[in-house]
Amino acid sequence: MRPLLPPRRSQTALLQARSREDEADTIWRRVLRMDWLLIVLIVALAGIGLAILYSAADGSWQPWADRQAVRFGIGLALMLTIAATAFRIWRRFAYVFYAAALLLLVAVELVGVGDGSQRWISLGFMNLQPSETMKVALVLALARYFHDLDANQIDRAIALIPPALLTAVPALLVMRQPDLGTATILIVLAATVIFMAGLAWWKFALAAILAAAAGPVAWQYLLHDYQRDRILTFLDPSRDPHGAGYHILQSKIGLGSGGLFGKGFTGGTQSQLSFLPEKHTDFIFTLLAEEFGFFGSILLVSIMIGILACCYAVMARCQSVFARLLVVGLAANFFFYAFINMGMVMGVLPVVGVPLPMVSYGGTSMLTLMIGFGFIQSANVHAGRL
Amino acid sequence: MRRSAQERNAERHLARISRRGLILGAGQLAGFGLLAGRMYQLQVVEASQYAVLADENRIDLRYAVAPRGVIVDRFGQPLATNRTTYRIAAIPEQAGDLEALLDRLDRLAPLAPEQRQRVLEQVRRQRAFVPVITHNNLSWRDIARVAARSADLPGVEIAATDERVYPVGEFCAHVVGYVGAVAKKDLTGDPVLSLPDMRIGKSGAERVYDTSLRGQAARRQVEVNALGRVIRELDRDPGKPGRTVRLAIDAELQRQGADLFGQETGAAVVMDIHSGQIAALISRPSFDPGLFPDGISHANWNRLLNAPDAPLVNKAIAGQYAPGSTFKMLVALAGLESGQISPTTPFHCTGVMELGNGRFHCWHRGGHGTVNVHDAIVQSCDIFFYEVARRIGIERIAAMARRFGLGGRMGIDLPGEQPGLIPDKAWKLRRFGRPWQIGESLVAGIGQGYVLATPLQLAAMTACLANGGRAVKPAVMAQTGDGIGRPPTIGIAPETLAIVRKAMIGVTSDPLGTALAAQIPHEHMQMGGKTGTSQVRRISQRERRTRVLRNEERPREERDHALFVGFAPVQAPRFAVSVIVEHGGGGSRVAAPIAAELLRLSQMRLLRHSPT
Repeated sequence: MRPLLPPRRSQTALLQARSREDEADTIWRRVLRMDWLLIVLIVALAGIGLAILYSAADGSWQPWADRQAVRFGIGLALMLTIAATAFRIWRRFAYVFYAAALLLLVAVELVGVGDGSQRWISLGFMNLQPSETMKVALVLALARYFHDLDANQIDRAIALIPPALLTAVPALLVMRQPDLGTATILIVLAATVIFMAGLAWWKFALAAILAAAAGPVAWQYLLHDYQRDRILTFLDPSRDPHGAGYHILQSKIGLGSGGLFGKGFTGGTQSQLSFLPEKHTDFIFTLLAEEFGFFGSILLVSIMIGILACCYAVMARCQSVFARLLVVGLAANFFFYAFINMGMVMGVLPVVGVPLPMVSYGGTSMLTLMIGFGFIQSANVHAGRL
Repeated sequence: MRRSAQERNAERHLARISRRGLILGAGQLAGFGLLAGRMYQLQVVEASQYAVLADENRIDLRYAVAPRGVIVDRFGQPLATNRTTYRIAAIPEQAGDLEALLDRLDRLAPLAPEQRQRVLEQVRRQRAFVPVITHNNLSWRDIARVAARSADLPGVEIAATDERVYPVGEFCAHVVGYVGAVAKKDLTGDPVLSLPDMRIGKSGAERVYDTSLRGQAARRQVEVNALGRVIRELDRDPGKPGRTVRLAIDAELQRQGADLFGQETGAAVVMDIHSGQIAALISRPSFDPGLFPDGISHANWNRLLNAPDAPLVNKAIAGQYAPGSTFKMLVALAGLESGQISPTTPFHCTGVMELGNGRFHCWHRGGHGTVNVHDAIVQSCDIFFYEVARRIGIERIAAMARRFGLGGRMGIDLPGEQPGLIPDKAWKLRRFGRPWQIGESLVAGIGQGYVLATPLQLAAMTACLANGGRAVKPAVMAQTGDGIGRPPTIGIAPETLAIVRKAMIGVTSDPLGTALAAQIPHEHMQMGGKTGTSQVRRISQRERRTRVLRNEERPREERDHALFVGFAPVQAPRFAVSVIVEHGGGGSRVAAPIAAELLRLSQMRLLRHSPT
């Protein structure tokens, strides 16, 4: 039987070589090697977010913009710290992070607080949502797994059992919360990493067919009434003009009435007069689009595309499987946040409670995203070294 | 070579990741492209449509009912007007301690415990910025006490509303009508109609002239948030108060005319013979229109609706009675115009006329002897008109009656007018499927049988006889000089009309005239006219054989209606009148005196108010 993992090189020799390299590589040099365009885009995105939060509070830093600014500051520091840290550390501790995130997910089952579909652990200064951290941890763990896996082994069924388990356990835990949106994102994220790792096309096609077949079963047994409601309402918003359908309708009115150039900063009637629900969290994009119009929303989407483009450029520079899978997986995480949130507020996807990355008010998603960007920066800083 | 194979393998792996990354990136770009396309659709293509929806969300139109126009009589005396009442509302979020506020209010304007309970309950149900009414229908004195303490009463709002009042009450109830709350069937989608203070005309002039009386509601365009709180005012339109409607009616004449009826029921109409302007339109019994604006109680409504003497019905325009002998002028005119009789053609009245198997009686059982058309009208000889009707037939009688406006609605500016009925052969066949009988022509010849007319039609008919054959269009709305054209002529020769008019003057002046006793005792105000008796019950052959019971001997509802139509002054006619006293017995005894007094009063008031 062929070995599942490639033979290990001499640990001591490798470590000695690396510590020599690390000494020569000063912090300053690492900072210079960061992807500064990416940092500028991230700051721009977060800056837009703060401005909109200022507007959402009727032209006030309280209660959202100031706190979000502090979180972004912390996030920025975290990102730079992670970026400057030797990349191999992250590979080595990938499973440890995963285990820690899983532990938090179990903990939230036991001691978590929250209402409806949101569950969090109160840390005093902020509420930690373990399902958010799990997204980054899962990408880390899967990237590490496929990095270690022999490329030729990937299409063996047995090789897919560990990643399936890595994904299924947190996904089920999150679904139990119940948070269908995040659970779905976890599965799609895992699928993205597995696809990148090189699993044969036809297997994805098969999985898609199986998922479609499982749909009715899931509809019957796995979904809660309110989740079924949301999907039905998405398909036909008029069936619930005061509940979720009302949110979508008001959001579309907000978007559409923004027109080409918008109603001006803090001038959005739909948002300022509270017709728009959750204007500082899930529906913040609508506020932006209402006040800055089509050009404002296109600008935001352009920045996001720029961020993704930077990520792919980083990936192309990386010479390790782990780095590439991690960068693409984290980029995909960012993409799914953005796509699902914007699709939701525009009425092309069901209302699932996913924040707009870097813009929506909320600590966990901001910090996990910044940690993710930290990993990407770290990969860039250490692209030449394995 | 094993290592290099492994490295090649790894390179292939990395290359595959790059390829798939490219695909994934392209996919993500396509995803954002999809969203951008959707945004283009929402924000550019459909933007105007959503802009409208956003404005509908945030812009609210608030209406305030315009003061309703006043209705006055021809001399400017108010018939329907508005009284301001006040109400107090508390805005909970501005009131602070609501209980304490209600205590303080209670000391200034007493608040019943159950009303207090209602207020507190409503406050719990509504949002804190929505005012809750605590007091309704307060007078100026009450409100002045509250207003003086307004500094101690945070969140208290005082609002004035108009209440419709009818100063002359029942005397003009049928003409002026009344207003009431808007019924479901009256809703047209106009938001003003849904306002709780809105009242619309339900009957009479209030209904016919509702549009001008209503005016234009004040409109405020405000921006509201999702909870309905007003953020700011965007636009304000003060609206227009309702216009004053001046009626031709003389309220004093209405009052005195109603008094003339006493306990009797019936109707009377006084009309200007040249213009058709109605000076009095009396219907007895009447009702209190003040019961309606605030919503009439069920008990009161049922009482009015089911009363046997129908107080809600305007009998002057909706009561249809057999005109009796007041119809004879038209039969005479039809006979004279046809050439079948001349002014001097004599008939002999023996008190009864036989035709086929039928016997037709004159009211004067002894007979009038030899009479011509003049005598026949003066003495109201039935036999003469039987004979005329036999000679000329029903069609000629019907044609003449229609020229005078009978048998169809006159188009008066009041709701509920009835057309009356002028029968003819075609109508009989249509209605009963049987051909016309000659005997029916005879009965029609004295205004009985199928013939029906409203008091309004009889007054208009009389006006037409008195004004030289011009068909006036009756109206209660006052028209100023130029508004009235000369009414069209109905094409009867003036000499022919003069014969009939002279006979009508004879009715009240000839020693044999049926209404001699009722003549107005002023030389320049004297009237001409015609009595009439409208049979409510057919006199049976058996009763004829024994003795025709006198009206006083019959139960009231079987007694004849008493009628009189007249005009005055005879020298230069100005007013026409018609009076019907239900179950009053004979026209000469009961109706003629009322008509005479109405005509006298009309002339007196004209003198008193004439501009010279």
